Amino acid sequence: MNILAPVIEKSAALIPIHLQIKGAHVYQKVKKSIVKGKPVPVFKESLIPDVDSLAIEDIDVSNPFLFRQNKWQSYFKRLRDECPIHYQANSPFGAFWSITRYEDIMFVDKHHELFSAEPIISIGGQPEGLAIETFIAMDPPKHDLQRQAVQGVVAPKNLKEMEALIRSRAEDVLDNLPIGMPFDFVQDVSIELTSRMLATLFDFPYEERHKLAYWSDVAASSPEATGGTGSMNEAFIVAAEVAKKFSLLWREKEAKKAAGEELGFDLISLLLSNENTKDLIGRPMEFLGNIVLLLVGGNDTTRNSMTSGIHALNEFPDEFIKLKQDPSLIPNMVSEIIRWQTPLAYMRRVAKEDVEINGKTIKKGDKVVMWYVSGNRDERAIDQPDQFMVDRKNARKHLSFGFGVHRCMGNRLAEMQLRILWEELLKRFDNIEVVDDPKYVQSNFVKGYTQLMVKITAKTAC
Amino acid sequence: MGSITFIEHSGDQHSVDIEEGKSLMQVAMDHGIPGVDADCGGECACGTCHVIVDGSWIDTVGSMTEEEKLMLDMTPEKAETSRLSCQIPLSEAMDGMTVRLPEFQM
Repeated sequence: MNILAPVIEKSAALIPIHLQIKGAHVYQKVKKSIVKGKPVPVFKESLIPDVDSLAIEDIDVSNPFLFRQNKWQSYFKRLRDECPIHYQANSPFGAFWSITRYEDIMFVDKHHELFSAEPIISIGGQPEGLAIETFIAMDPPKHDLQRQAVQGVVAPKNLKEMEALIRSRAEDVLDNLPIGMPFDFVQDVSIELTSRMLATLFDFPYEERHKLAYWSDVAASSPEATGGTGSMNEAFIVAAEVAKKFSLLWREKEAKKAAGEELGFDLISLLLSNENTKDLIGRPMEFLGNIVLLLVGGNDTTRNSMTSGIHALNEFPDEFIKLKQDPSLIPNMVSEIIRWQTPLAYMRRVAKEDVEINGKTIKKGDKVVMWYVSGNRDERAIDQPDQFMVDRKNARKHLSFGFGVHRCMGNRLAEMQLRILWEELLKRFDNIEVVDDPKYVQSNFVKGYTQLMVKITAKTAC
Repeated sequence: MGSITFIEHSGDQHSVDIEEGKSLMQVAMDHGIPGVDADCGGECACGTCHVIVDGSWIDTVGSMTEEEKLMLDMTPEKAETSRLSCQIPLSEAMDGMTVRLPEFQM
């Protein structure tokens, strides 16, 4: 797969990373035109059949239009009920097992010694020549060292410091929304707020913050990995941009450190301060991997949870009334939003040995997909799972953050951002009405929105 | 019947009766002790039922297992006597034990 990585590693000290990526890009273009290597799949949307019309072995939940066409609930329900450990032999991403019940997902997620997160956590592989290395896709002990180096950036203590700043930025965004006029909540609120947040975490130039969201979208939309709409060209161009910009940031901070200045609590400063990662820039694919992981991890997920809260409360208007009557339900509702949405639909593993689960034998080397989006709607584990309940008991019991060593590192940051957003929304607005059908992302991985048109009503003074 | 005392980060104390066979996490949840989340429900898979056992009691309850260590390594508040309370089955031998709660569960 990643034939260029060793070359890049060796030449890292001599040639800037972004130029190496450009070189790899040219190489891939030439290779694709001459050798006709593995073709990049192109996904054309067609109507997904009713799940009951299919033989069980023909069900393919890797279809990147399953969420957009709102077929996912019936597809996963059938798998949970009839074939909870399901084998799809011929998907465009190759053969894979689907794990669809809550308990079985917990088992796979917990047993990192049986199921490897390497080489990547999407159903399909990474774009050829761009195989970045990130700790979400590493097994212990390497995973542990890398994660420990960066998790301080989202540690609750650090978050407490940032809360006032995040709130003031949220206030600023909400105070400038048009009242009584339709606007796109995705663009104007969700993307805006998460971009501001990421700029803070990375200590990234604030005026250039919109690049972060764009880069993240490109990184997460590879067709071969997730069935997204990205292109190889765009992926290489963006990888080079990210590498250039973040190398520059790294060198600036490194110079500060060398000059004896105190470093901040941003991601790069933390990496520079840690023994295991202070030379990370000399390992370009890892360097890029860590940046992209935090970009994507902190972007799509929270963005889509922000939007889905609005969507959910419009689908369940009684819950909106309940919430307005008792805003102290916000923290509980935040967990419920994250469960109901499940912004990342799954994580993928590879069996390290033959493993028997629920009567099926998964063979060593097989791909295993834990469908969090299905486990979060598993009637066996969650009461009335399709209902959105702001006061749900045990709302924190959901799979969206994963479990085990790869449990979401940014979970507390995500919860805080959502809590602040809802506290500030309820202060200002009486109603947030969805005025058009939501539009969804094309992906089997990112379960999210491209557009949600809403109209807001200001609170009347009483 | 013996009891165990949870000390919150703020210093607030809560005593609960020992129920043999239940885990320390379970009695914390049953009594609504603030500062214990227990997101995974006792699977040793999330790290949000972290407690720091009083040093004089660590021989009685035992030290963290390798599995617990993997989860506890993620929190900057990990101490030598840190444990995941879901992995501590209660017994009358723990009568009088105190455990501190971290400032944050994560």
